[in-house]
Amino acid sequence: MHIGPQIVIKFDNGIFITNTVCFGIIVAVILIVLALWSTRRMKKVPDGKQVIAETVVEGVYNMVKATMGPKGINYAPYIGTLFFFVLFSNMLGLFGQRPVTADVNTTFALAAITFVLIQRQALKSYGLIGKMKEMAQPYPFMFPLKIIEQLSFPISLSFRLFGNILGGVIVIEMLLEGLATASEALHLPIPLLDAVIPLPANFFFDIFEPVLQAFIFTMLTMVFITMEIATRDEEH
Amino acid sequence: MSSQITPEALIYAFSALGAAVSIGFAALGIGIGQGLAASRAVEGVGRQPEAKGDLLQVMLVGQAVTETTGIFAFIVSIVLLFANPFA
Repeated sequence: MHIGPQIVIKFDNGIFITNTVCFGIIVAVILIVLALWSTRRMKKVPDGKQVIAETVVEGVYNMVKATMGPKGINYAPYIGTLFFFVLFSNMLGLFGQRPVTADVNTTFALAAITFVLIQRQALKSYGLIGKMKEMAQPYPFMFPLKIIEQLSFPISLSFRLFGNILGGVIVIEMLLEGLATASEALHLPIPLLDAVIPLPANFFFDIFEPVLQAFIFTMLTMVFITMEIATRDEEH
Repeated sequence: MSSQITPEALIYAFSALGAAVSIGFAALGIGIGQGLAASRAVEGVGRQPEAKGDLLQVMLVGQAVTETTGIFAFIVSIVLLFANPFA
């Protein structure tokens, strides 16, 4: 069983492109095209595709406002983009492709963006000296521990998404292979047992779990950015 | 019979055993932890049905954080099975 991403194109100098990169670009292009298409020829009184687009954008803004408060509303575009990119990447299993987020490179890149945003917000709120002082609370010897805590956040965030999606991929693959073996043992001409029986597993791992994991990923991102905004309000 | 067991086979056998033990104990702990969170959330909904949406959201995020240790155990198992560093 091959569980890693497959190499699609290999150049002479050792650089290669995996199907993670290909489908990541495809998902991004699909999202861009959907966004551009649904905002074409906008009217004052919305109809058709504009209603859906407005509902989605409003939902994202309301969620960000409810979680991050009015000061964090500037993060709404990033949070919305992150949510839909992770959602669509997780759901690629529905089309028989390997989910983009079943590659630790993708999830760690996303978590690294979040990490940079958190540190940027902290620097904006406290300044460099203030951040150092805040990390030396309540005792100065806690400083190394706080650094480890900050650094471990992107690792745990990326591994959470990666592990959940990869687990789904492995379970689905094992189920399909097992059913194919079973139909071979029953002397069926084609693997007929693969047809309907895996549907509940597909529903769980390709619809329910992607929505849940995308929600959790964006939710934790929002919570950790908010922590850097909220403590500032208490001081002033 | 025992003379036929090569060192590589022994490494693979114990790697499989280690993977199973790692994910098994982690799943035990997570199961208990997530169950506790869910039971408290159910109690909360029973006491205050109008706060169901907020409780569900907080419960899911808390369970996701609980799950982290299990995910690390899962990655250890995956590395032992598919990308074994010893063999």
